[in-house]
Amino acid sequence: MSTTTPTTQQNPTYSEAFQSGVREEMKLNPNIFILGTDLVERGGHFAQVKGIAQEFGVDRVKDSPISEAAMVAAGLGSAMYGCHPIIDLNFIDFSLGAMDEIINQAAKIRFMFNRPVPLVIRATSGVALGGAHHCNSLESLFAHTAGLSVAVPSRAYDVKGLIKTALRSPDPVIFLMHKKLSGVRGEIGDENTFIPFGSAHRVKSGKDAAIISYGYTIVSAQKAAQTLAEQGIDVEIIDLRTLYPLDTDTINATVQKFGRVVVADEAPMFGSITAEIAATASEVNFRHLKGPIVRVGAARAPLSANPQMSEAAIPSANDLVEAVKKVMSY
Amino acid sequence: MTTDSKWGKETLRQMLLIRNFEETADKLTLRGKVPGGMHNSSGQEAVAVGVMSALDPKDVIATTHRSHHHTIAKGMPVNIVMAELFTKATGCSGGRGASMHLADVENGHFGGNGIVGAGVGIAMGAALGIKQMGHKKVAVGFVGDGGVNTGRTWEAVNMAVIYKLPLIIIVDNNQYAVETFVERVTGGNDIAKRGAGFGLPSFTIDGQDVEEVHKHTSEARNRALAGEGPTFINALTYRYYGHNVGEKGQYRTQEEIADWRSHRDPIDRFSAKLISEGALTQADYEAMIKSVAKEIEEAVDFAEKSPLPDVSTILDGVDSGLLGARK
Repeated sequence: MSTTTPTTQQNPTYSEAFQSGVREEMKLNPNIFILGTDLVERGGHFAQVKGIAQEFGVDRVKDSPISEAAMVAAGLGSAMYGCHPIIDLNFIDFSLGAMDEIINQAAKIRFMFNRPVPLVIRATSGVALGGAHHCNSLESLFAHTAGLSVAVPSRAYDVKGLIKTALRSPDPVIFLMHKKLSGVRGEIGDENTFIPFGSAHRVKSGKDAAIISYGYTIVSAQKAAQTLAEQGIDVEIIDLRTLYPLDTDTINATVQKFGRVVVADEAPMFGSITAEIAATASEVNFRHLKGPIVRVGAARAPLSANPQMSEAAIPSANDLVEAVKKVMSY
Repeated sequence: MTTDSKWGKETLRQMLLIRNFEETADKLTLRGKVPGGMHNSSGQEAVAVGVMSALDPKDVIATTHRSHHHTIAKGMPVNIVMAELFTKATGCSGGRGASMHLADVENGHFGGNGIVGAGVGIAMGAALGIKQMGHKKVAVGFVGDGGVNTGRTWEAVNMAVIYKLPLIIIVDNNQYAVETFVERVTGGNDIAKRGAGFGLPSFTIDGQDVEEVHKHTSEARNRALAGEGPTFINALTYRYYGHNVGEKGQYRTQEEIADWRSHRDPIDRFSAKLISEGALTQADYEAMIKSVAKEIEEAVDFAEKSPLPDVSTILDGVDSGLLGARK
């Protein structure tokens, strides 16, 4: 069990944690390269690869035309050939221009042709400013697709540990970094710290109920936990860290321990990963439940550019407080 | 130019092998032996054999839904190809792919594809891998006249140009995208000109002349190996059968098909040339026809007798399992 690390000025940001993990693996594996838009000078839109081109050269950090299908195809073909590319799609919304390359091709090559596709597709995800074309939460779609793994880190430590694991994996990985967490500082592991996929992190232990979530919603859950504590409710918070593989052992143990569980994220609730978790956990652990698992998610609507409208569409800390109170009422 | 006799005979034999394979597989498909059906490449042999005869066996290809000819020319044994069409465990993809998903990645065949236009991107990626790893090889991406109207094809061409990748793009242009004539749906109606617009050497060639295809591919390969980047080749060809086996198309005349078969058939043209040059006797040719027929008969026998895949393996190979246990 670990608790949230206190931040200091010396700790790296969430984006710097990505740089750190990628640098370490690039030093060890000459076949890792990064390809994406505006990486060399700008260092990526969230500084996620800042300085890496200067250190490793432009053959290993390649600026790309804005051609998402070709970017993913470049990663797919070179991964089949023996490289371990990181394709940086900037915003995950832009992956929709490369869905054939991701879902029809990269995800299925190993199954059909018995050939590993060691490919990382990195993108910024999550709801923040930018409107309907920069705020899609597509993680459920990728988790739904056989052959893909999906990482959704919520803190610097997990960003580094998970990207290092992804860069040693023979499978295609969708690596989603929440834009609102980019500048958040936190401790990171050393060069030997690898976080396995399918291993959830207990952010906070509790006695009364649990919130299972991932990404930025973990921050909202921590705020909710403070509010609930003031009202005498001690809530546990589980950060899934990856959506596929999914840590079903921890999910089941959590449901069995409390019987009062909230599953939350900021994706539209209809057909989302929270539905998968709630349905499966209910089937497996029905007799342990005090009442239905409650889901918290976004409205089934495109995101608005107006900040207040955008915020209104996704769960707030208060929505999580209300959801926990609901499961406490059983 | 006189053809080298040894090369000529092998090239002709390859084309005959493909023709016999396709005509045999077509009949077997009509008898229900090929789950999902197939796309017959009869008539297009010179493109496949001309390209592949100019490559090193270690070079990479990625191709289309119509890929039996590319696959056989690349060197996959016909019994393995036939077994895959039958979706048998002994097929190159273990029966998981059938006609459209033939592959042997280890030996540079990065797969047929069910998605029009996808092959060029995969080949471009392989070419990037070749360049990143400093290898002396090329990748070839096949696309049809249908695929040249997909955006992904041109995204890949552009990327190959800007990174100067060792890539050859071959348009296996049989002039019909399913039932749609290329001129009806191709703005500008000059595919090579489109390629040239991306700033790479771009040619339209006679895809029924195996030596012309070989020559252009060899030159493109030399440029690629010299670090000069990709080449775009639009090879004009024709398929004698429908888009898919069993098609009853009314979109072209029997006269048109007969004209291509009788005047421009790649096998007839090349065999006549070899015989007229004295590189091949009529008796040799007839023996060759018999020999490929026997090879295909054996391939069918192999496919028929091969075991089906074990359905309990449907989850095997979805992913490595190394990232976490699948549950």
